[in-house]
Amino acid sequence: MDLNDLLGTIFSFENYAELLPLVTNSLIAGAILGLVGGLVGMFVMMRDMAFAVHGIAELSFAGAALALLLGANVVWGSVAGALAAALVLGLMGASAKDRNSITGVLMPFGLGLGILFLALYEGRSANKFGLLTGQIVAVDSVQLGLLAGCAVVVVIGLAVIWRPLTFASVDPAVAAARGVPAGRLSVVFMLLLGLSVALSIQVVGALLVLSLLVTPAAAALRVTSRPTLTVVLSVAFAVLSVVGGILLALAGRLPISPYVTTISFLIYLACRLIGWRRTVAASRARRPKPVAGPAPVR
Amino acid sequence: MPAKQNTAEPVVRLRAAGLHFGDRVLWEGLDLDVAPGEFLAVLGPNGSGKTTLLKVLLGLQQLSSGTVEVCGHPATRGSRLIGTIPQQKAFPGNTPLRARDLVALGIDGHRWGPRLFRRRLNERVDALLELVGATGYAERPVGVLSGGEQQRLRAAQALSDDPRLLLCDEPLLSLDLHHQRAVSALIHRQACDRGSAVVFVTHEINPILQYVDRVLYLAGGRFHVGTPAEVMTSETLSELYGSPIEVFRSNGRIVVVGMPDTVEHHHGAEAASHDALAGS
Repeated sequence: MDLNDLLGTIFSFENYAELLPLVTNSLIAGAILGLVGGLVGMFVMMRDMAFAVHGIAELSFAGAALALLLGANVVWGSVAGALAAALVLGLMGASAKDRNSITGVLMPFGLGLGILFLALYEGRSANKFGLLTGQIVAVDSVQLGLLAGCAVVVVIGLAVIWRPLTFASVDPAVAAARGVPAGRLSVVFMLLLGLSVALSIQVVGALLVLSLLVTPAAAALRVTSRPTLTVVLSVAFAVLSVVGGILLALAGRLPISPYVTTISFLIYLACRLIGWRRTVAASRARRPKPVAGPAPVR
Repeated sequence: MPAKQNTAEPVVRLRAAGLHFGDRVLWEGLDLDVAPGEFLAVLGPNGSGKTTLLKVLLGLQQLSSGTVEVCGHPATRGSRLIGTIPQQKAFPGNTPLRARDLVALGIDGHRWGPRLFRRRLNERVDALLELVGATGYAERPVGVLSGGEQQRLRAAQALSDDPRLLLCDEPLLSLDLHHQRAVSALIHRQACDRGSAVVFVTHEINPILQYVDRVLYLAGGRFHVGTPAEVMTSETLSELYGSPIEVFRSNGRIVVVGMPDTVEHHHGAEAASHDALAGS
């Protein structure tokens, strides 16, 4: 394969106009996932839970693989797996340390189960691979309805608990003194997180969920600390990554995930650069200007 | 200060209060009234139950025996009558809050649902920032503030409801002298001007000595209450610690010599109670 073939495989825009209408559902699904990922990602960052997200994703993958094997609805399977994992982490992993070790134990178990179910499955192999690395073709109207329904639950749930959850996440001591029920909030948030992970798996796959649930929020936090603006940016970055990824992946033969992850990674790099330049400028501004000494006498 | 204590209904009323963790006794038989406007310093070695006392007042920790009332009602979680200033703890650099957002969370962070009436909230935040002298860095991210700047915001949070009771958990720890003075003066002003009762947990009495009306000294499962002149004496502290301790006064400062680093049988209790206020 020479370079032209390679480029042709990665970026192909043949028959683009005819293909576009076929993926309208996927684009809507992508936008919904971007919204959910950008919102949930804020708390994944504030609560330092990137590793837990990865763990939930692997159990969600196991659930989806089991559903595939049994001929059940794959979305429901991954939702069930993700919620189970999120509940375990929410109830047992109160401190970050506990959570990390429990995640480390659960994750390989989930992956192993998923691989077992896929090995037993005798259907189309594209289905198998899609669960791990993502796919765009498969979103029909029924699934779109399901995705949208779950997303509505997550968005409304987050809107209700946003303020106290922010308080308990960044400022636990004062929040506790103010009577914020941190324990119950944490479990509710884990369930919403589980739901979001299960949704994201449908598009980017289990291995790359972090690119939707962590990278956009991390990028936003690099450039601003205004609460509203971080949320807006985080959502915008996530939507841009997914929708842009789908549009680029449309005509090629490759899975969607490399496009999505690359876009979100590049956004992150750009934000780091902006943040770094700002820090440099700020420290320059704070440094006292050299005082003009008395002119040398000649 | 006895007159101040007798005229009004006490803000804090502890009766025969005791607290055990397993078979370890933190304190027992504690009767204590704190009057409006009174400044009570709580001293004692690590693990003597100072922070736990604050948790009891906040309704985050049940007493093992006895009763606790705040403004005539049993202590409950999330009381609007209480403001809290915690220990200074650095925020991570990427915390998505500016100084004013942190203060705003202190005002309404416990509420559910999206924020309404932003303008009214902003006005309150501005007033509080001005009260504590933090207007100059209102728009800066909390992650880049110094410890002293942060503790001023903590004071703003704690004063937002004009609390009847102000709880302070080592608020001056790791602050430089200038900020220690500023923050303790803020707390004192709330007691004087607004009549709030102050319960101030500290391991170092000197920065606040000029404001303190009474001292509650906890050590070795026992306690002693009285004015600083009564409690901070060689006799009282030697009796509390069960070992000889010398107390000197020089230039209006109190110097304690011979204090054991920790009180032996309380190691376990410290683990259970020390992690500030969050570990409930």
